[in-house]
Amino acid sequence: MLEVRELAKTYPGGDQALRSVSFTIEGHDAVFIIGPSGAGKSTLLRCINRLVEPDRGSVRLDGVQITALRGQALRRARCGMGMIFQEFNLVERLTVMENVLSGRLGSVSLWQAWRRRFPPEDVDAAFATLARVGLEGFEGKRADELSGGQRQRVGIARALVQRPKILLVDEPTSSLDPRTSESVMRLIVDLAAEDRIPALVNIHDVLLARAFAKRIIGLREGEIVYDGPVSGLTRPALEAIYGGALLEAGGASP
Amino acid sequence: MRWRRPSVWPRPWMGPAVWAAVAAFLVWNAVSLQVDPARIARGLARLGTLASRAFPPDFSRAGLLASGMLESIEIATLSTVFGVLLGIPVAVLAARNVVPLWVYGGGRSAISLGRTFHELIVAILFVKAVGFGPLAGILTLTVNSVGFFGKLLAEQIETIDRGQIEAVRATGASRGGVLVFGVLPQVLPRIIGLTIYQWDIHLRQSTIIGIVGAGGIGATLYNAFSRYDYDFAVAILIVIVAIVLVGEAVSAVARKWVT
Repeated sequence: MLEVRELAKTYPGGDQALRSVSFTIEGHDAVFIIGPSGAGKSTLLRCINRLVEPDRGSVRLDGVQITALRGQALRRARCGMGMIFQEFNLVERLTVMENVLSGRLGSVSLWQAWRRRFPPEDVDAAFATLARVGLEGFEGKRADELSGGQRQRVGIARALVQRPKILLVDEPTSSLDPRTSESVMRLIVDLAAEDRIPALVNIHDVLLARAFAKRIIGLREGEIVYDGPVSGLTRPALEAIYGGALLEAGGASP
Repeated sequence: MRWRRPSVWPRPWMGPAVWAAVAAFLVWNAVSLQVDPARIARGLARLGTLASRAFPPDFSRAGLLASGMLESIEIATLSTVFGVLLGIPVAVLAARNVVPLWVYGGGRSAISLGRTFHELIVAILFVKAVGFGPLAGILTLTVNSVGFFGKLLAEQIETIDRGQIEAVRATGASRGGVLVFGVLPQVLPRIIGLTIYQWDIHLRQSTIIGIVGAGGIGATLYNAFSRYDYDFAVAILIVIVAIVLVGEAVSAVARKWVT
């Protein structure tokens, strides 16, 4: 269970990214966060695994107060949260296998990492995960040889091989074409459901969110303005999230 | 209608005044340093006799020449190995995006220190410290590496893709894990390229530091000049030119192959 309480973050430049955000995720459904650019979606995810340090508020994952952790304990907690990125963020010059195994860095020594001697069970898990994302036989390719969709599948494998308690997914399809976007989103939602872990998915494509979400959180200017089932995402609700009148795109009823 | 390009000088009299000051300064320099056309003419004549005594170059002392040159190459190679081994950690400590500010200050200072003095000054210091010979040369050029290699690699580390680093951090990796899996793969081609370049530079520098006693062909060259063995000196110069050119060519080809 993820509990976020009154989370706030103001960047040094004075940009108030999060004002006071509170929500709880129980069970293992994917929750989609929508909202305009600059609403604080990315900051919210990064405050949860503390790649960005929140100013106030608390994050609690399965009873562990993430916001109170430091050093080794914080890294162990991060290992329990798999993150998937908009620009994939694979280490370009490393092989697919090394990128997937980097998901195990939290549990191996520096010497093992340096020599690429990961425990056999980690390597087995990496092979199995590559098969799950449909990249069997790609382990020896370099990340910069892959297409966008393939890269994101490696990104998904890297997150899953951490055996995380939750997936933090930041705009996973924004760099992909519509068809690839759909299959990648389908993969994330299905694999998270198979592993019985919740996913917190930032997305700006309202249609895609409607297609996959049960619950949607609408974020605007660092505050939650909508939190409810996808069926409640009416035109007025969308206008409250995005401000002003919208074209038909996501506005029509499902 | 007349148009004139706007002047850079805020007042019209400033232009001539500044040029006059510059001219006066140059004349004063020439006078105080005794730059004398007659002396230059006499010197040119002496260069002529020197050149006539230098040809044909004397390669008869090939053994001495070869051993000196070999020592220079050894100095260049060893100091490159040590310099790179020392330069990589210093570069990491001097990259703002991977270490905290107070560490960064230390790393930058180490690099600045390595770059402050010309290698001849450093060589004089090390000859005083460890005595004549190649050891002083190796230490000199190692220090020189930390400045050159460390600075360029630190700058490269500062330009790496933050997203890749962020992703490795997000897996719960330690600082060392981030360096090994996130930073190193991104800068490895640059490390190899800079190492070869550094060797090429050291090869050139190793031919000069012998003049102050830090080993290599430089000592042989200096002795040849002071004994008026101009034909042998020219032979040494020719060999230096050849070796440096070969080194540069090897370096250019190797660096192209890496990137």
